[in-house]
Parts: sequence; C-alpha cells; structure tokens
Amino acid sequence: MFVRLVYESFRRQKRRKLLAGAAITLGVTVATAMIAVATDVGDKINRELRTIGANLVVTPQEDSLDVEIGGVNLKPPTDGAFLSEADLPKIKGIFWHNNITGFAPMLPVSVSIERDGKPQDVTLLGTYFAKQISFGTDSFTTGVRTTHPWWKVSGAWPEDSSRNILLGERLASRLGEKSGDEITLAGRSLRVSGILSTGGAEDDEVVASLALAQEILGRPDAVKRVYVSALTKPEDAFARRDPKSLSGAIYDRWYCTPYPQAIALQLTEAMSHSHAEQIRQVSQNEGAVLTRIEGLIFLITLAALFSSALAVSAAMATAIFERRAEVGLMKALGAGKLAVASIFFAEATLLALIGGGVGFVAGGVLAHQIGHSIFNSDISISPVLLPVILAIAVIVTFAGSAAAIRQAVGLDPVFALRGEL
Amino acid sequence: MSAATPNAGMSHSARDVAARRALAPHTSMFVRMLVRAAVLRRGRAVSALFAMVVAAAVATAMLNLYVDVQAKLRREFRNYGANIIVVGRDDSGRDGASLPPDALAHVDSVLAGRGIAAPLGLIVARTGDGQPIVVAGTDFERVKQLDKWWSVSGWPSEIPTSDATTAPEMGHPGLIGVRAMAVVSPKGQAFDLSFQGHTLHVKPAGTVQTGAAEDSRIYVSLADFVAWTGVQPSTIEVAASGSPEEVAGIMNQLTQAIPAGDVRPVRQIMEGEARVLGKTRATLLAAAALIILTAALCVLSTLMGWVFDRRRDFAIMKALGASGRLLNGFFAAEAAALGATGALIGFVVGIGIAAWIGRVNFHAPVVPRWSVLPVVLAGSMAVTLLSAILPISLLRRVQPAVILRGE
Repeated sequence: MFVRLVYESFRRQKRRKLLAGAAITLGVTVATAMIAVATDVGDKINRELRTIGANLVVTPQEDSLDVEIGGVNLKPPTDGAFLSEADLPKIKGIFWHNNITGFAPMLPVSVSIERDGKPQDVTLLGTYFAKQISFGTDSFTTGVRTTHPWWKVSGAWPEDSSRNILLGERLASRLGEKSGDEITLAGRSLRVSGILSTGGAEDDEVVASLALAQEILGRPDAVKRVYVSALTKPEDAFARRDPKSLSGAIYDRWYCTPYPQAIALQLTEAMSHSHAEQIRQVSQNEGAVLTRIEGLIFLITLAALFSSALAVSAAMATAIFERRAEVGLMKALGAGKLAVASIFFAEATLLALIGGGVGFVAGGVLAHQIGHSIFNSDISISPVLLPVILAIAVIVTFAGSAAAIRQAVGLDPVFALRGEL
Repeated sequence: MSAATPNAGMSHSARDVAARRALAPHTSMFVRMLVRAAVLRRGRAVSALFAMVVAAAVATAMLNLYVDVQAKLRREFRNYGANIIVVGRDDSGRDGASLPPDALAHVDSVLAGRGIAAPLGLIVARTGDGQPIVVAGTDFERVKQLDKWWSVSGWPSEIPTSDATTAPEMGHPGLIGVRAMAVVSPKGQAFDLSFQGHTLHVKPAGTVQTGAAEDSRIYVSLADFVAWTGVQPSTIEVAASGSPEEVAGIMNQLTQAIPAGDVRPVRQIMEGEARVLGKTRATLLAAAALIILTAALCVLSTLMGWVFDRRRDFAIMKALGASGRLLNGFFAAEAAALGATGALIGFVVGIGIAAWIGRVNFHAPVVPRWSVLPVVLAGSMAVTLLSAILPISLLRRVQPAVILRGE
C-alpha cells in the first residue's frame, strides 16, 4: 500500500513532481558545477600564473659571480662552470615531473657583429625554442615558447635544428636589419628568421639555438643556466623548514609536497654539479595571488551551495503545501502522523535521488563548459563525488520539506478537506 | 477569510471613515488590502520576503565582488614589483646612460601616489683582490616597498643613524647578495671596493636573496654611490597601480616628463596580470550568473506558492465584482512592494557579505558600489512581478465559484 501510494503519487501528479524535481536538479547542477570549478580553479590559475615566467632556476654549483648589467655580460664567456645539456631530460624524471610545465636552457655567448664595417660586441643567447626531448618512453616539447610566453616574434620562430636566428628589436633597429636578412656573426653568415620583442634585456641580444651557441663558444654540451617552470604549492611555514633538520616521515612529507623548495632540491639531485633555486619574484607572489583567488572562489562556492539549498527547500515547501487536502483525506481515513510523514519523506528521497543524479550529470557538463570557455582546458568531476552530492541533495530536500511536512501532518482533516486553511 | 474582514481596532467614528472614503475610495481600500494581506498571513509573507532578501543579498554581494575584485587582485599583483622601467639612453640608442638627476622627482610627480618608484645605478667595481663585481646604488626605503619578495637578513637603512654618521671608520652600510657575500665577505667583515681609483669601504648590514641577478650584486645607498662614483642612476623601476589604461596613461606622461629616458613596460608582469585577472573575472561572472539564477528561482517558487495559496482571496474579489485590471494591479502592487522591500534589505545584507569576504580574503574592505543598487532593485521587481503574474494569468481563466468550492 505504501509503495503504491508513492508510485501513484508520482504517476498522477506529474506536473508537480516535475516542478519540484526541476528545482532539485537545478540546485544540484549549480552545486556540482561550483564544487568542480572550486576544486580545479587552483590548478587552472596556477597554470595561468606560469605565463609570468619560470619560477625556478638551475645554475652550476661552483659558478663564479655574474657580472652582468642590462643583459650585457662583462665576464669572459668561458669563465665559470657549466651544466651539462645531457642532464636536461632528467628534469622530467624527478618525483614531481608532472608538475614541470616546461624548461629552457640558456647559454649566453659574446659575439662580434659587423656594423658599418666595424665589429661590435653583442650577446648571443643560445636556447631551446620548442625542442622535442625524450626521457625514457616519454616525449615532450619544451623551450622558451613554453616558459617565456611573453616573447613575441614578428617573422617566424627558428627551428631548433636550423642555424637561423632571432634579432632583438632594439638591436635590429640599430643595425637596420629585418627578418629574412643575412648577417655575419662570429665569422658565420646566418639568416634572421624573425625580430624578437620581449620588453627585457633580450631586445638588445641575438637569440639562437643552443647548438649554435655551443659551437661558437667551442664547448659542446655546455649550458649556463636552466629556467624551469613548475606548478607549485604556495609556500607555508612547513615549506620553509630546512630539509636537513627533518627526520624520516616528516622529511618524506616535505619532499613529496610540490613546494618550490622541494622541487628545487629534486632538480639539484637530478642534475650533476647543479644548484637549483626559486626565483623569488615569481614564486613568492604566485602563492599570494593563488591563495586569494582560491579563497574567493571557495567563499563563492559556499554562497552557491547555500542558495541552491534554499531554492530546493523553497520548492519542496511549496509542493507539500499544495497537497493539504490529500493529507486531510489520508488522516480522515485513519492514517497516523508517522504514516503520512513517511510517505512524504519517501517521495522526497526519490525526488532527491533522481534530481540529484540528473543534476550531477548536468553539473559535470556545465563545469566542462566553464573549463573550456574560460581556461581552454578540461574541468572534470570525479565520480567519487556522486554519493556525496546525492547525500547532500537528500539532506537538503529533507530539511526543506521538514517544516512543511510537520505543518501538513498537524492539520485538522476537517479544515484541510474543506480547504479552509 | 478575506481582505474585507472588519478592522476590530478601528477607533475612528463612522462619519470620518465615510468622509475619507468619499475622498479616496479606491486608494484607501487598496492599501488596506495590501497591508492586511501581508499581516494576516504573516508566515507565508515572511517566508516570501525572506527568499527575496536572500536572493537580493546574494546578487548584491556577487555584483559588488565582481566589480571590486579586479582592484583587489591588482593590488596583489603590484607585489610582483615594477611594471614599468625607465632606462637612460645615450645618443646612439644604447641603454645604460645616466638619467638626469631630477628624473626621480619627475617620476614621483607623475605617479602622485599611484605607485612607487625606485632608482637604480649600476657599475662594475673591483674587489680587494681584483675580481669584477656589480655594485648597485639604490634607495633602500623605496626598494623595500617595491620589491617585497626580496629575502633580506638586515636592511642597511635600519642601522641607527649614529652608526651611519661615523661611516668613514665603520664602513658604508651595504646589502650584499648571497652569492656575492661568499666572495667578498665570507665572515661578514667590512671590505673595500674600488672604482676608477676611488675606494669605498663597505660594511655588510645584511644579505639579500632573490634567486635572480640581485644575488651576485652589492647594494649601497644612492647617496654613497653617487659620492663614490659620480655616476647618476641609469634606471628607475616603477610599480604603477591601476587599470591597463591608467598604466598606459602613466607611461605616456613619463615619456613626456623624461625625454632622456626610454619608458618601457615590463611585459612579463603586465601580460601575466592581464591573463590571470581576466580568467578570474570570467570565473566569477559564471559563478555569479549561476548563483543569481538559483536565487531568482527560489524567489519564483516561493512567491508562486504564496500567490496560488491566496486564490480564495482572488476568487472573493472577483465574485464581489473586481475588474481584471484591478486584480492584476493589486497583485502586481503587492509583488512590487515585496520586491522593493526585499531588495533594499537584501542590498544592505549583501554589502555586509561582500565587506566580510573582502576582509577575510583580501584583508581590505570591499567598497559598497551604489551603482549595483538600481540593478538589484530592478531585477528583484522583475522576478517578483513575473512570479505574481504567472499564477494570476492561470487563475483568471477559472470561475470564482470553482475556487471557492475548494476544487
């Protein structure tokens, strides 16, 4: 009888059930989408912050001091120690290799360039543009086009295997060269494939492939420094502790958290005779910005959950209020308060489960849409969340119906049936 | 029960009432019906008003945050340091020439409190054993505010002035990069630097670590730097606050104020800032749209329930001869009154919520935006009117007798 009552109620009152179900579905959709966005927004914003540049730098351990003003190195280029290019792929072999979004080696070399027949000293910077690198079975592309997204080239980016070069825009305007020209540099005739604009010291430099810089310097395999762009966790008090002072399990926890310091340590371990450090301007501020944005989205998610809970409650209360006559009839026929209430609660549960299920799927689609339209990447929702969302939907539906059910059950059947309340 | 229930508390004489009604028969009855309907069915009216307040509060808070969040986040981005640099240029267009001595004053007057600027002079000096090293002269007080990410063990400007005045014997206080420290002063002792035959005795006040070029440099105060080398600063780093248009305006003014310098944006910072701000605002907009939509639906379902519930009032009024226009007007006025009250209370609550979020998350209050009020007010009225008109248009087709019989 109980099952039949519930079943018939759904069969005969399709419109009302649809309305309440739609409210629950919409509430759950919004809640699911916001939870998905909130859990993923940190990662997404972190990737956007990577456009500000690399947050870690690897230098040779025994390096002598840089004597560099405005990008011009005043030290003999052969001075000091070098890193080995052969070690570079190992960067993708560290514990947090999935958090490394890219890296770019740098090798500055002093070269002379012909200007009005007179030789002139400029810096040639050897680097990767977008080089294919493989480590184990992994293959990936990395270089300045990933780590330095603000570098703009008018013309074409050179191939890493080619001997084409980029000219910094200020240098190009001083020399009166444009892309497509041939210039003589360190005794070699090279083609300018594009003009580079960075807003920094590179505007006065020549940028070429790492292989060409090594050839000019006469040191194959040499790299002066490596800029590494990594997704990190904002630094906290635990991150700042000296890893040498940590013991066993605590050290493991420190090592296995993507703090800038931990990733720097792993980079130092991966490359021989190296020293990795965070670039504080980037890494320190990143944490602050990220914390603010995550906090904001978290608070807004709370607001979204609250307002969808209210919407579900309001819909349920209205739906039950409209069925006072039915309650009156049931009570007149001798149904107890418990029997009436349990019918309503059973209906609410069913509605919550159906609406919750549909809303979960719709919320996933909505989150996916938001991810694609805003961040150009996927925001997916893990199916593990389904039971949690369903439980929340049931609780909210119950809470929303409870007051209305209590009122309906407490009605005098005579008044309810006469429609006088 | 109907709106025509006699008012038991009425103490006026019948003639007064009659006279008043003769003057304004419709208005008085109309207002009374509105008020009594709300008072007698307090529970449902309050729940409808509550839904309205919540919706308006959430909408106000979201719109306020949406308008304000950019300013708040820009402030965070200014911690990244300079977004404009002014570089001295020589006649051949090469960088590194000295700027005129009044350049910093010009920059300050252009900024007029909208940011901070720090001068920087750079030379290559020799250490005691002849090693080349980059020495920079700067204003420590300004650098401290501009480059907040510097990890400094002790600022030279914090050394008591009594020590600084005895500088010739004690040494000029300097800030030493961590990598330079190992070379020039491994034990923290004072050391000599020479430049074109002049010597400067530097006493390390602390070390600076940034992970960038600063680590290999020695910083001394600008006054010491100029007195020692005779070289004026060649670079001014400027952190200008404001929207991209305001920053572009500041750059224009700087170009005009300092013709000897080249004013350049730090593209790295500006582009990253624009991207992150854009994405955050878009996320916020999507969230705000979703939240406002659910809040409006909550109002819609509560109000429709309330109006449906009063179909007997509606039927009685109709049976007593009220015209369709009057009925529409009555329910519309009721909805508008509810919407306006709810919107006003909700606006105040919403400003409170936004201010709270600002304090918790950004440690700065979110300023109330009055421009949000008309939007919220109009939106609330639209939603309430919609939720009154929908059920009324359904009820109008039904005969009053059917409703009154309770069917």
